[in-house]
Amino acid sequence: MATTSKRPAALEIPTGTENALGQAQTWEGSLEDLRGLVSDRAITGETMLLNLGPHHPSTHGVLRLLLELDGEEIISCLPDIGFLHTGIEKNIESKTYEKAVTLTDRMDYLAPMSNNMVFSMAVEKLTGLDVPERAQVIRVICLELTRLNSHLVWLGTHAMDLGAMSVFLYCFREREYILDLFEKLGGQRMMTSYIRPGGVWRDLTEDFLPALEKFLGYFPGRIDDYEKLLTDNPIWIDRTQGIGVVEPEEAIALALSGPCLRGSGVNYDIRKAMPYSGYENYEFNVPLGEHGDVYDRYIIRVQEMRESVKIIHQGIKKLASTSGHFRSSNRKFVPPPRAELGRSMEAVIHHFKLWTEGFSVPDEEVYVAIESPRGEIGCYLHGTGGNKPRRVHFKTPSFIHISALGKLTSGHMLADLVGIVGSIDCVLGDSDR
Amino acid sequence: MGVISSKLGDLGVVTTTLDTAVNWARTGAMWPLLFGLACCAIEMMSTQAGDYDLSRFGMELNRASPRQSDLIIVAGRVSRKMSPVIRQLYDQMAAPRYVIAMGDCASCGGVYNNYAIVQGVDEIIPVDVYVAGCPPRPEQLIQGILTLHELVKGERLKEWVVEGAR
Amino acid sequence: MHIPDALAPAATFEEHLPGVLKGTHEFREELTLIVDPADIERAIHFLRDTRGLIYNYLSDISAVDYFDSVKGYGDYGDRPARFGVSYHLYSLLYNRRIRVKTFVDEDVAIPTLTTLWEGANWLEREIFDMMGIHFDGHPNLRRVLMPADWEGHPQRRDYPLGYETVMFSFNADEINKHKPYVKE
Repeated sequence: MATTSKRPAALEIPTGTENALGQAQTWEGSLEDLRGLVSDRAITGETMLLNLGPHHPSTHGVLRLLLELDGEEIISCLPDIGFLHTGIEKNIESKTYEKAVTLTDRMDYLAPMSNNMVFSMAVEKLTGLDVPERAQVIRVICLELTRLNSHLVWLGTHAMDLGAMSVFLYCFREREYILDLFEKLGGQRMMTSYIRPGGVWRDLTEDFLPALEKFLGYFPGRIDDYEKLLTDNPIWIDRTQGIGVVEPEEAIALALSGPCLRGSGVNYDIRKAMPYSGYENYEFNVPLGEHGDVYDRYIIRVQEMRESVKIIHQGIKKLASTSGHFRSSNRKFVPPPRAELGRSMEAVIHHFKLWTEGFSVPDEEVYVAIESPRGEIGCYLHGTGGNKPRRVHFKTPSFIHISALGKLTSGHMLADLVGIVGSIDCVLGDSDR
Repeated sequence: MGVISSKLGDLGVVTTTLDTAVNWARTGAMWPLLFGLACCAIEMMSTQAGDYDLSRFGMELNRASPRQSDLIIVAGRVSRKMSPVIRQLYDQMAAPRYVIAMGDCASCGGVYNNYAIVQGVDEIIPVDVYVAGCPPRPEQLIQGILTLHELVKGERLKEWVVEGAR
Repeated sequence: MHIPDALAPAATFEEHLPGVLKGTHEFREELTLIVDPADIERAIHFLRDTRGLIYNYLSDISAVDYFDSVKGYGDYGDRPARFGVSYHLYSLLYNRRIRVKTFVDEDVAIPTLTTLWEGANWLEREIFDMMGIHFDGHPNLRRVLMPADWEGHPQRRDYPLGYETVMFSFNADEINKHKPYVKE
């Protein structure tokens, strides 16, 4: 509910915000700070330094780029992030493992389920917790829906950046349907926290599968619609082909992952390479690009949407044949269902222990990586032997991809920058955490 | 307005007070700043897309420049690094200007009670309407916007502060 | 194309770079090689370019702080130093992962990996920003996430979380007295 402001009788604070925050509003650095990062011609004033962001319509969030321009040509590009640094990793250190899942949702806010998944998998690996087969299938369905969700936002905004407004409206129409599906599962549209250590929060609701099947019925046709608008569109081709080319060796050296790496033709998809959650039982293709340009990355993501639909179809079939619970029944790690509390004293004790103290994990470290819509998202988790982690670190694809922006954009025109930034599909919440 | 126009019939003349006319114009074409921070910005995009269609309230036109916008929707968590930027954007907006704090993080810090996040954007810029939720549904944001419209409709010209800010 | 057989990393180390490997550790099928900080670039270069190993993809660099607020400085249990830095490598050829770990104290710098992978640049900058560990030879070692004038390194265990008391109706007056609301 919205409430109107009831500002308390205001306090007198020293004039201006810079004092209130202890920060100055102007840049107090000098050009000398940039020596070595930009060419020497910028120091002498021969080329132009242009600041783009953090508030700019085409930077997909609060990304700041310092550009060195020679006319329209980009000589160098220095990305600056941290404007959305949230301290999630530090906050998780003061939370028990079950509670920390909620925080991970908000890292990569276009693919919350992937974040839940990688954190839950790290906890499961550290504790040796089992995940029932049914839960794994549900997880796969959710992850692929998340991939669709994320790619739809990417496609809409990327196309809008390059001037195709209507694609945005179409993509968000389908995305709303996926969010409605998530709402049926987790009660929230975006931040469901549905995937938890040991399985998923609750079983699929009755109306979920019929709604999902209805969606899968019409969605491939909608992908055709997007492709009709873009794939053979001469303006789209002109603006994307041959732009932002990454060679395969370069892509590996820059540690790119996901569609950015596969766009260059490197066949690395963690779902295939190191299958998790039963991905080895699904049949799907990994689309690969040839040229490593913006167009190839676009094609790959559109193809991935089709593959995701295939995977979800198989998942629904598997769901009918798999037995088991939606969550592990190891009561040392997973709270008992509500119904048990009235019958069993043991369940009450477990419930109380898990929601107050939480469970303990060994003083060891693990690294788990999964394929998020953007690429390899990794979770490095170090336990203390107690109920809170010593350190959790997320290796996030956006962070790496933004660091590669300087390499990708130099030599291109300023107008192409927008296309390149869109094609790496960066989410600033993902990179800054 | 309605009462008088019904009395006058089809004469093509409407009489009203200046206050009502100005506030009607302001609420009917309130241009928000194209400004997103985090998760809530995605829900803000949903609000503007086809399903929720913010243009019903005359707000489909997002201006990228603060000079041309009347309303800043702070959609998402505000970090210490971002706060000077937000203040600068707010300072550049022309008076009368309004602020909606969208979501828990912008309103009070939300789940992020730590070193990096400003505990409520009202420490930096004055907020008119707070919208709760993490992230708020598009309906909630629309209700917040309509609440702001109500606030604006209650404003009187004679109460305008002339010097500088509103 | 003939692909040489995969080799066991620890044994290959002993054979070609004797003395570099300080220990191995295995937990949940994750192999960890422990090396000295000064040897880190040499060891990882070896892992990347040796036939039969080819760990050619850099997944992640993470750092962990073993400081314990109860025990205080200087007592890191069985760990030799305060910080642990873990390099997670992946072999695109053999499809396996490995972790290389090194322990450093605050005043010790680690050789940079940017000579091997450009992608290490920001990962090392992040560790410098968050943990305050220095990397020798890094081209641009400055803060990446926090503002440039920030004091302290937030991910250290002795850095406070920065928690503020949550406002409820019973303590609203008390907090409103101190909370710095802006006035226009």
